[in-house]
Amino acid sequence: MTAPALELVDVEKRFGRTEIIRGVSLDVRRGERHALIGPNGAGKSTLFHLVTGRLSLSAGAVRLNGEDITGLSPYEIYRRKLARSFQITNIFPRLSVYENVRCAVMWSRGQGYAFWRFIDGVRDVRERTEAVLERIGLERRRDVQAGLLTYAEQRALEIGLAMAGEAEMIMLDEPTAGMSHSETEHAVDLIRRITQGRTLLIVEHDMAVVFGLADRISVLVYGKVIASDTPERIKANKAVQEAYLGTVPE
Amino acid sequence: MTDAVKPAVAAAPESGFGSLRALTPWVAAAAVFLVLPYAFTSGAALTMLSLMGIMIVFTLSYNMLLGQTGMLSFGHAVYYGLGAFFTVHVMNFVIRNGLPVPVPVIPIVGGLFGLVFGILFGWVSTKRGGTAFAMISLGLAELVASSANILRGFFGGEEGITTNRTKLLGVFGYNFGPQIQVYFLIAAWCVLCMILMYAITRTPLGRMCNAVRENAERAQFVGYDPRMVRFLAFCLASFFAGVAGSLAAINFEIVNATYVGVGQSGVVLLAAYVGGIGFFFGPIIGAVIVTYLQVMLSDVTEIWQLYFGLMFIVIVMFAPNGVAGLIMMHRPLWRAGVVGRVVPAYLVALGPALLFTAAAILLIEMIHHAAAKVGEGPKMTFLRVPLDLSSPVSWLGAVGLLAVGFILSRLVWPMIARAWGDAMGTARERGFVA
Repeated sequence: MTAPALELVDVEKRFGRTEIIRGVSLDVRRGERHALIGPNGAGKSTLFHLVTGRLSLSAGAVRLNGEDITGLSPYEIYRRKLARSFQITNIFPRLSVYENVRCAVMWSRGQGYAFWRFIDGVRDVRERTEAVLERIGLERRRDVQAGLLTYAEQRALEIGLAMAGEAEMIMLDEPTAGMSHSETEHAVDLIRRITQGRTLLIVEHDMAVVFGLADRISVLVYGKVIASDTPERIKANKAVQEAYLGTVPE
Repeated sequence: MTDAVKPAVAAAPESGFGSLRALTPWVAAAAVFLVLPYAFTSGAALTMLSLMGIMIVFTLSYNMLLGQTGMLSFGHAVYYGLGAFFTVHVMNFVIRNGLPVPVPVIPIVGGLFGLVFGILFGWVSTKRGGTAFAMISLGLAELVASSANILRGFFGGEEGITTNRTKLLGVFGYNFGPQIQVYFLIAAWCVLCMILMYAITRTPLGRMCNAVRENAERAQFVGYDPRMVRFLAFCLASFFAGVAGSLAAINFEIVNATYVGVGQSGVVLLAAYVGGIGFFFGPIIGAVIVTYLQVMLSDVTEIWQLYFGLMFIVIVMFAPNGVAGLIMMHRPLWRAGVVGRVVPAYLVALGPALLFTAAAILLIEMIHHAAAKVGEGPKMTFLRVPLDLSSPVSWLGAVGLLAVGFILSRLVWPMIARAWGDAMGTARERGFVA
């Protein structure tokens, strides 16, 4: 049996005396779309930060394709083919949309820190950048400063930065937060397409999105995973209903 | 640094360096350098042009840090100065041993030593950006400046170290004795360095420098180590600072401790900022302005550094994107063909602005005279006008002029605003404003 794409083993995170993550163990299987749900303050974003190296673990381990990535820095984890987006838009505000996407393409196309070749002349970087722009629907806004985009456009760019490097695993932190109904539909469609053949871990509040997209769902409540299963079984799970769901869309 | 204007380095993402159009500005720059010494033929002018060439390289190298990568350094003169000192020592070594090294390749020596110390000090100081980097750069600057007082053998103490560029190998019969030959040497290196530094902004590293400046954390999540980006930018900036120092050493044939001093680091920051750090060509303008003022003002007044400081404050407060920013503000108007509509307003405003500035300078000079030149008595002249500081009329007159200048400036301001709004409105209608 192959190792899970992502494996969390007894992960804990404390800020001072406050325990935010209280021993989370979680498997994300290769190629599945896995949703992480839970009430506000459950620690979903913190868990994302722990996996991607933005925060350091207090205890436990994180494995990516069986390899221990605990304590690695964000760029080292990214280079192991795990890319992410942020709940609070985190882009390069005074660079153009095109530059934003290209920055996210460069490493995966082996450009590294080169200062002896012109980036404009690198064809596969240009083509990939343009393809991403088209995917996220911002090709006509390519020369606009990213900070001047509308909120929904910035959210699309956020997803674009996560997908640009063609990582094997993508983690999206509330990609549809603050979007209108039609924007959400559009975003879900985009997410479905870009995660084709990849592994997805997504934090999402919109239950319609979660149940429409996810192969499996994990429920995080107060720093602990109380259930991790298929959407149907999560819906039927008594503990989940008590702790969190309450009403489940039919 | 909240400019709605896009930095020039990002203005034309598709203009490859291979195309002829991309070469136009550099050919123009080279032509300007060629023509200048024939337009300004005096010895003083030639000296100043040489200084400008050196300062352009130095300021552009500084902007690789501040403008491109968002690193505020208070110690960039360390690499300029060490480049200069090593140049002089290497030149003297070459002379003593009669080695066949011509003058034109010497700046490479300065660049390499700048690079070596950039690697050394950069490794410790680029671990963190922001305030931590700024503080460490200041500490390193102080460290090197105080070393200059201790290691007298290397830094030459008060007198500094001298060399003689004419003792090196000449090229095609040129021995680089006359200033004009040195000028062309500096001009050639200046154009070469400008092209190289611009080219670096168009490379993967150059693009990531901007990304790290904008959002160092996000850069990590697209695979880049911000520390490595900062470190490489620092090394390259130190290399070009070393080249500039080397050119200065060749130009003056003497190097002393002020080269590595914190004052010199301050001047380059000022030049970059006055010119405009958000645009590649900003520091070039800044270097030209600051060099000109440094040479001219110090001839005219003893307190020229005060005016320097005032100019810096005015720029930071009213034109945070520098002179380049002021110019680029007009680009949409230029493209829409409506620049002509703001020019009359500017011309009208010029009078009050000059009056206000002159009155301010008058008052400063009067205070300076009264406070610092008690021995010379109460009489002074300003713009050939004799003044008696013991009479209240002089003081009231100066304050009065200042007040009138201020009031008139305020009165014409709405006119400029109206002209600007009108021109921008048209430019927007014609689709030249986003």
